[in-house]
Amino acid sequence: MSAVTVADGSSDLVVDARGVVKSFGRTRALAGLDLQVERGEVHGFLGPNGAGKTTMLRILLGLLRIDGGTVRLLGGDPWRDVRSLHPRLAYVPGDVSLWPNLSGGEVIDLLGRLQGGHDPARRDRYLELFDLDPRKKSRAYSRGNRQKVALVSALATDADLYILDEPTAGLDPLKESDFRTCVRELRDEGRTILLSSHILSEAEALSDRVSIIRDGKVVEAGRLAQLRHLTRTSVTAEMATVPQDLDRIDGVHDLAVENHRVSAQVEPHGMDPLMQALSASGIVNLTCQPPTLEELFLRHYGPAAGQSDDA
Amino acid sequence: MPDTLAGSGTLLRLAIRRDRWLLPAWVLGFAAMAGFSATATADLYPDVQSRVSAADAINATPSLVALYGRVYDPTSLGSLSLIKLTAFGAALVGVLMVVVTIRHTRAEESAGRLELLGAGTVGRDAPLAAAIVLTFGSSVLLALLTAAGLVAAGLPVVGALAFGLGWAGSGMAFGAVAAVTAQLTTGSRAATGLGLVAVALAYLLRAVGDMPDSGPTLPTWLSPIGWTQQVRPFAGDRFGLVLLPILFSATMVSIAFWLRSRRDLDAGLIADRSGPAHGRISTSWGLTFHLNRGVLISWAVAIVLFGVLLGSLTSNVSGMLDSPSMQDFFRALGGEQAIVDAFLAAEFAIIGSIVAAYGIAAAGHLNTEETAGHAEVVLATRTTRLRWATGFFGFALGGVALLMLLAGLAVGIGHALDVGNTAMLGELVLAGLARIPAAWVLTALTLAVFGWAPRLTGLVWGLYAVFVVLVELGAFWNLPSWLLDVSPFVHSPKLPGNAGALVPLGALTAVAALLTALGYIGLQRRDLTAR
Repeated sequence: MSAVTVADGSSDLVVDARGVVKSFGRTRALAGLDLQVERGEVHGFLGPNGAGKTTMLRILLGLLRIDGGTVRLLGGDPWRDVRSLHPRLAYVPGDVSLWPNLSGGEVIDLLGRLQGGHDPARRDRYLELFDLDPRKKSRAYSRGNRQKVALVSALATDADLYILDEPTAGLDPLKESDFRTCVRELRDEGRTILLSSHILSEAEALSDRVSIIRDGKVVEAGRLAQLRHLTRTSVTAEMATVPQDLDRIDGVHDLAVENHRVSAQVEPHGMDPLMQALSASGIVNLTCQPPTLEELFLRHYGPAAGQSDDA
Repeated sequence: MPDTLAGSGTLLRLAIRRDRWLLPAWVLGFAAMAGFSATATADLYPDVQSRVSAADAINATPSLVALYGRVYDPTSLGSLSLIKLTAFGAALVGVLMVVVTIRHTRAEESAGRLELLGAGTVGRDAPLAAAIVLTFGSSVLLALLTAAGLVAAGLPVVGALAFGLGWAGSGMAFGAVAAVTAQLTTGSRAATGLGLVAVALAYLLRAVGDMPDSGPTLPTWLSPIGWTQQVRPFAGDRFGLVLLPILFSATMVSIAFWLRSRRDLDAGLIADRSGPAHGRISTSWGLTFHLNRGVLISWAVAIVLFGVLLGSLTSNVSGMLDSPSMQDFFRALGGEQAIVDAFLAAEFAIIGSIVAAYGIAAAGHLNTEETAGHAEVVLATRTTRLRWATGFFGFALGGVALLMLLAGLAVGIGHALDVGNTAMLGELVLAGLARIPAAWVLTALTLAVFGWAPRLTGLVWGLYAVFVVLVELGAFWNLPSWLLDVSPFVHSPKLPGNAGALVPLGALTAVAALLTALGYIGLQRRDLTAR
């Protein structure tokens, strides 16, 4: 955990949630969730559907009240300090629903003004970037276009923290890459972005740090580089001769030897012994792939999640 | 079964599952209302003589004929006891069936749920077919239960069946009209609105058609509510006329399916125009105004028309003074002016209850905004819950006040046109304004329920129905006064003609203020409902 906490409470944390509990009737949506988002970072908030991501974001927006734990947002209390906090926020809901008989342009301008005013140049730039026709009535928009309306409005807002709940769920891949550009620009301006997603490549491409949530709890948090230490590198090697006893090396899993081709999943501490063994036998070609977030996910949410998959 | 109807059975079961409490409650409510009325009238008019004079008095009073219709057999207990319910009840059954039909057709479609189902093995016409089977089936069930209620109250079986079928005919006819309006607009509120306009128009047509003493004229025969009355339960039992709503419904249903086959999912026949690229709405109040003004304007037009019509009918009350026995009766009550005042007060009571429905619907818009997910977007901005709710709630309160002011003016102008002077205009405007606080109580009650338990906001409609029935029929049913006092409408001063109204007005306003405060406290404390 690399969260920076300053003793006087005015920390460098934009979001500081500790032990958050939230229940809906008998369903426990959040069971002691910790989430720390640092100023100026893109924070990926990852988890499968129903893990509690949206619940946490709605708590940050003061829409839901927590049953336990503490939440600080930009140094304030998200439930009480709506007036002082919301002018510093921009939000894109996961399931964008707009007034059916307002045009997209009307919605964007309305939300902008409710938020204290858009920069017209930015509004027009994002409209063009996302290729959105602002004259259409909202009910005539596809899901992706409704999402774009919310995105344009949020991105054109001058905010400290952007809370984006699965912002690209309805976008086509081309617009997705434009979206990534926008997010990087915002970060380069020193703004903070909290991005929830179950699309791993998106979070992987954008996030400085991630928190992985499962069943209402954060099960993993940190820089991607750190998290990768938790899992295995996929190694494939073309060998001149195949060395013996590779399977005896500690930290080497799923070893497969086929003719002169060796493949294995390797834990960090097994990497050095494996490389020495391989290079002693003459490597012709070697491919090492870092673990993707898909693999991280599989570890946490796959069938064997929570127990050692060596068994 | 054609492919386009595949899955109708499954959808019907889903619809029944969704309405398993609501629909039976309404159907039983209607049956009970009819039964109570019959029992109460039997107690009130024990012999034929008393019934005939009561029926003659109603038939001789144009404003009552316009409101309720005629008693076609003055000697028949059934005909007299159900006079208030035949046309009025048929309209209410019509409203219920419009709401149910739209709820299962256009509302589902614009919420995107039909799309979800359409991907399964559900044919294009299946949702419409399921909704129609549901409305027609519940109409028939309503007929049978109502007939049973009337028989239990001691009325003859044949007439009871005729009465029930008359109501069912109206339910089917307006359900079928709603099946058509569901194809026309893309929004479910607009589709419901069009259906309700059809009900109001039918009521107005039969009011006009029933006026001549010679009997029903063409406008009556153009109105499904007129058909219900002309079945004449307990006064001839003309069962053949039930064919009219059946033929009409069949035609409307065919038109609905034909329209459905010619449009795409999510499309309406009334096409969407493009809107402006730049918006002018800049506050949450502006948004409220934009979303609600169309509905308020329609209400204002309807209330003005209704008010002028009612106001222009009241002078005819003096026509009742022709019979000597009636003259004695009226003298005892305080003379002609007192009778005119009493009729005007009764009309304001009805307008007041109708406008209260506007208040509930307008305040209930808060719940619609929340469940649709619109509130979430607004509340994520600087807009606080208090300001957001105040926009919609304030509009509802203001709308109620405006509508009652217009009602007072309209009745006053109608009356002035009829009698040729404006002497009563000021008094009638005051009479309209005096009905505002009771309607505000219902508006504030909606906010209070929404503030604490948004999911129960719809229950306010049930309470509203109880309050209206208590004030309109409670005394007639001989209900105890503590029960009558539950209804806020009972406490509205009966203006014109009565003085000393300030205390109940103050009390009603205080209750409304209390409920408002309660609602705001709840709203400040609770979670926003997830979509």
